[in-house]
Order: sequence, then structure tokens, then C-alpha cells
Amino acid sequence: MSTTAPATRSRRADRPVKSERTKAQARLGWLLAGPAFFIMVAVIFYPVVQAVWDSLFSYRLTAPSEREFIGLGNYGTILTDQVFWSALGVTALVTVVTVAVELVLGFILALIMHKAIKSTRGLVRTAILVPYGIITVVSAYAWYYMFSIDSGYINNWFAWLPGIDSDLNWFAQSPTALIVIMLSEIWKTTPFISLLLLAGLAQVPDDLSEAASVDGATWWQRLTRVILPNMKAAIMVATLFRALDAFRIFDSVFIMTNGAYGTEVLSLLAYRTSIGRLEIGLGSAVSVILFLCVGLIAFAAVKIFKVDLARGQGGAK
Amino acid sequence: MREPHHRRGRRRHTRRVAGVVLTVGALALAGCAPAEDTPVLTWYTNPDDGGQAAIAEACTQEAGGAYRIETSLLPNEASAQREQLTRRLAAGDTSMDIMSLDPPFIPELAEPGFLAPVPDDVQQQASEGTLEGALAGATWKDTLVTVPFWANTQLLWYRKSVVEEAGLNMDEPVTWEQIIEVARTQDKELGVQGARAESITVWLNALIESAGGQILENPEAPADEVKLGLDTDAGRAAAEVIGTIGKERLGGPGLPTQAENEAMLLFQGDKGSFMVNWPFVWPATNASVEEGALPESLIEDIGWTTYPRMNADDPAAPPLGGINLGVGASSEHHELAFDAIQCITTPEHQAEYFVTNGNPPAHEEAYADPQVEEDFPMAPVIRESLDLAKPRPQTPYYNEVSTAIQQRFTPPSGVDPNTTPAQTGQFITEVLRGEALL
Repeated sequence: MSTTAPATRSRRADRPVKSERTKAQARLGWLLAGPAFFIMVAVIFYPVVQAVWDSLFSYRLTAPSEREFIGLGNYGTILTDQVFWSALGVTALVTVVTVAVELVLGFILALIMHKAIKSTRGLVRTAILVPYGIITVVSAYAWYYMFSIDSGYINNWFAWLPGIDSDLNWFAQSPTALIVIMLSEIWKTTPFISLLLLAGLAQVPDDLSEAASVDGATWWQRLTRVILPNMKAAIMVATLFRALDAFRIFDSVFIMTNGAYGTEVLSLLAYRTSIGRLEIGLGSAVSVILFLCVGLIAFAAVKIFKVDLARGQGGAK
Repeated sequence: MREPHHRRGRRRHTRRVAGVVLTVGALALAGCAPAEDTPVLTWYTNPDDGGQAAIAEACTQEAGGAYRIETSLLPNEASAQREQLTRRLAAGDTSMDIMSLDPPFIPELAEPGFLAPVPDDVQQQASEGTLEGALAGATWKDTLVTVPFWANTQLLWYRKSVVEEAGLNMDEPVTWEQIIEVARTQDKELGVQGARAESITVWLNALIESAGGQILENPEAPADEVKLGLDTDAGRAAAEVIGTIGKERLGGPGLPTQAENEAMLLFQGDKGSFMVNWPFVWPATNASVEEGALPESLIEDIGWTTYPRMNADDPAAPPLGGINLGVGASSEHHELAFDAIQCITTPEHQAEYFVTNGNPPAHEEAYADPQVEEDFPMAPVIRESLDLAKPRPQTPYYNEVSTAIQQRFTPPSGVDPNTTPAQTGQFITEVLRGEALL
């Protein structure tokens, strides 16, 4: 005890003495943020804890009397089932492909928006952002009807391409169905990435580019050595946000294939198990695993890539 | 410290405004409330052309103030309707007075006691004159747990020009083998449902039942004791039909994503020959012809007969659909709800519903209505088919059984009679024991 007391005292002593003004500000901060904080805890923390608790039971909504504690049994069932690994694989594939393509396309669009001449800047930005303003379900239906073998026009328009003819049923096998699903996702959310990248782009001082130019740097060198390193934080934030979003993909798959023919994703599996099968225990376990995956992605991005969400430009070290 | 005068004044003003708002709100609520405390019954209806709302209005009038029926619309898909109703019932929602229920999901609601027992007199009235198939779909463990409202079944629709060319006599019952042969020789396509959806279970059940088998041999058993009837001669024969149509592309290139609506579009086209489908296709095709989207000659070319047989000597087992009415156990108006159901399901209302909304009656008498015969010339075949119709497996685990079948029997081209039925049976068993995901 005697050895710890001085350390405690010194820690206390290190703390700056709070002025009345600081205390008042802290109090005001709590008053302003407190209600929102408690509401967030109520609507997010409570359901998460409830889901973790439910996942330890064999519990079917239509048979409440047969509810039984089975520990980690549901997790064992899920992790040894090929359906889960297949859904995880499809989810990861969709996440990696869509985020990668969206980053490239989004950066090009951000450059266009950044460089667009003043008279057309508003029009260009609005046009680029239109897909993002469309509700995902509506976008999914639009893409579904475009590629549908009964009412779609894609087969007719692109019949000149090898592999496409009037008999191609896009949603009858995994590769073609996933191509349509990913295309719709990319079309819909690239504007989101481009908007975040535009913010990063706008923060790169023009002086740096001009200085590099004076030193004889080519356009490519200016892009890779000056602009991209200076907007690393924006790129990482865009990647993280979009990856978390893409990993939870639901609407497009639900509308276009409902998970048929190798297009099942984790969110859909959680939905079908909890809501469709009414297996609250098993479905909660799938949801908890999905939650852990999303947490893992966020953790990896923040720790491994050192994204500092609290800082703007230059947050990434 | 005293408050500044203007602040006190503002507070007093705020209180006055709040008082006025409360008073107006209370008056508005009183205005909305039914006169003389008439009990309000909520009827959860599946989407239709407004027929259920019209019957609700008529029965409210007939009740003379005893009750008032308000309809509440459920989602489009039968599976989504089930999800909402089950969750509300499990939560003890007291507004579940009357529910329009799809027959396959009734055991799931009846087994845990979510449905109020049907009084004896209502059971008796509902049983008299109601077609056999419709009654079977409303029953769980030999007791009528819901009241049949309308009954649906599928017919075999055919193009007269095609059967004439093929020389097939449609006055005699036809078999699947025959219609497959016609599609092969005439280079036509069959309007069947091969999408990963409920319609594939509907098709498989009709094939197995017609071949003398059953998907579940003991549907009333608990989950871990259910015995599958898929890996049987009947199951393999059914798989043979589905697999042949899939492998030979006799259902067209869209078969793996083809449900009832897509099958109708195929049948209406140049490659159309035969189609198994619900009666909605008749008013839908007529409407398309009236709009000019389809040629008038098409209507003349369409014929109908009973669902195809598996064997020439054994009767067909057409699918059974429709809607039954149930009362939630947590409803506060059991007696009034059953009174209302008796009003809703009279033969007159059923006949009117058929004429206005195209949904066939569950009651025999309704088919005698002259307007029914005029608008639906196939009504006698529907009526006969409803006597032959066989329900899908009546089990509280229907969702699991059907979803597993949908996953294993699609795409139809991948169905192998030697392996698919056995593997599906094994899969369903594992799912029901909680050993596998679905």
C-alpha cells in the first residue's frame, strides 16, 4: 500500500487543476450530450447485450416453453456449417471488390468535381451525387428489372458481347448474379466515396502541387508523391466507412436473388434465421458473429492502418 | 430572485397554448372514437383488389352497431405476412381480432396456442357445404382451428392450337409424361415454377401427392421425430419430372427464376403450350388483352382442365391455396370476432369476392351464383379440383421444410431423382434437429 500511495498522489498531482470555467463547460457538455448518450446506450447497447444473451439459448419464438440454455452451442452449429462460411465468403468478396472499384472510381469522380470549371461545378456535383440519393431498395429493383430475363433490356443491348444472349438468365447462377449485385452497389455508393475523397482533396494545399511542378514533377508524380500521401486520412476514412457498409449488404441481395444460387450474405442469413425461421437463439448468434466481424474491420482499420477519426487532414501517421 | 415579467408572461402563454392543444386533441380523439363505444375489430388482410375491405364494410353495416371492422393491410408476400402475424401473436398483441391466414402456416400458429379455439357452432356452420380441400387446409390435429374464407387451386392451362397440333385429347385426364412429350415434339415450353420460392414446394407437393406419397409422413410429430417421405418411389418420380423439365430446358431459359407470374408471361408468348397456375391468370390475361398488350385471339386459344396426373390411373392432387380466417388468442373480442367471421364467410360474400377479386370460394353454394359462371367459365373445374386438392405438409415447421426444399430442388436442371430426394430428406432432418443452418 505504502508503495502505491505516492504514485497515486503523483498522478493526482499531475492533473491540471480545473478552473470553474472548465467545470462549467464540462457540465454543459454533459447536459448537451448526455441525453443523446443515454438514448444511444438504450437503443444500441441494450439490444446488443440482449442478442448476446439470446444467442446462448435454443429458443424458437413459437415455442417459448422449450427455451433451453445451450451455452456456445449455437456458435458451434454456425461455425461448423458450410452455409455460414459460404455466406461469409460471398460477403467478403462483395466487400473487397466493391470497395476497391469504388475507391478508384470515386477518386476519379472527386478529381472531376475538384477540377470542374466553376460554371459547371454545381451541375457536375449534383449529377454525380444522384445515385447516392436513391433509396437502395429502389436502386436494387431498377437493376433487377434491367437484367431480368423477362423484362430486362441488357440482354438485347449487349447481345454482341460474347457470353451474352437473349437466353442468359443473370440471376440463375452465382457469378453473373454477383456481378449485377456488385454493379448496383458500386453505382449506388461510389458518390459517397467520391464525396469523402473530395473533402480530402480540397484540403491538399495547392502550393505543394505547384512547388512539385516547379521542381519538374510529372502529373503522375504529383499525384502519387504529393496529393495521395496528403489525403491518406480521407482515403482511410472513406475505405473504413464504405467497408463497414459493404460488409452489412442486405437490400440488393434481398431484392434481386433473396440469397438464391450462391448469393447468400451474412446479413441475409441472420435475417432468415431470426425473422424467417423465428429461431431467435441461432439467429442472434449469427448477428453477434456479424457484429464481431464488423468490429474486427473497424479495429483493424483504426489500429493497423492508424486511422484517426477524430482528426481531419493528416490524421493517418 | 423574481423572474422578469416578460418571461413569466411567456410561460403563462405557453401553458395556455398547451391547455388548448390538449383540449383540442381530446376533442379530436373523442370525434374519432366509434359512436356509443362500438367495439372495433381489426382484420389483418392480405393485399387484394379491395374485396376484403368491402366485405368488412358490409358486415359492419349488418352488425347494426354490435361491432365495427377495420382492415389493416399485411405485406405482399405470404412469407412476410407470416413473419408479421407470428411476431405480433407471440408478443400478445391484443389487436389480432381477425387474421387472413395462408393455410400452410396455420399449424405453426395453432400449435403454440396463438389462435383462439373456434366455437362449436362456428365449426359446424363452417363445415357445412365447405369443399373438402378447403376444410383440410383449415384443420390442425383433426380440429378446425380457422374458418375457410376462400380456397385456391391450380389448373392445367393449355393452348388449344398446340394440343390440336399434337393430337392430344384434353377431354381425358392428361399426365406429366404426355405434356412433356408435347413440349419436346412441338418445340414449345412449359409454364411451370422453378424459382427458389414457395412455388417450387407447391409444385413438388402436388407431384408427390399425385404419385401416392407425402413430403412428410408424420407431419404432426415434434421436430426431431418428423419422418420424411422424399426418398420414396413417389419422391423420386416427382424429382424425375422436375429434373427432366429442367435438364431439357422445357421450362425455358428463365425457369430457375420463374415463379407464377413469369410462368404466365411465358405461356402467353409464342412458345407457350401448357401451364400449371392459379386462376388469377385468367383475369390477368383478359386485362392484358383489353389493354392491347396481347392479341385478342389469345383468349380463344386458351383452354383449361384439371391438374396433370403422375400416373394415368391415379387422380391428380392439385395444389391447395386460399385464405382462412383465424382469431388471435390475445384478442379481447373473441365472440364478436367469430360473429364477424360468420358474416364475412357467407356463400354470398364468397361469391361476390370471387367475381370482384378473382379468388375462388371455399363454399360449394357460391359456385352456383350466375355471375360466377359468367365471369369465370372455368369455375366448375376449379370446384372439382378443390375436392381433389391436397394441402402442403401441415407441420409447425413448414417454413423449414419448404425453405430446405426450395434450396435443394432449384435450379430444376440440377435435380437428380437418385440423389436429390435423399439428400433433401437428410438436410431437412438436420435442420429440424437444430444441427444445420438453412
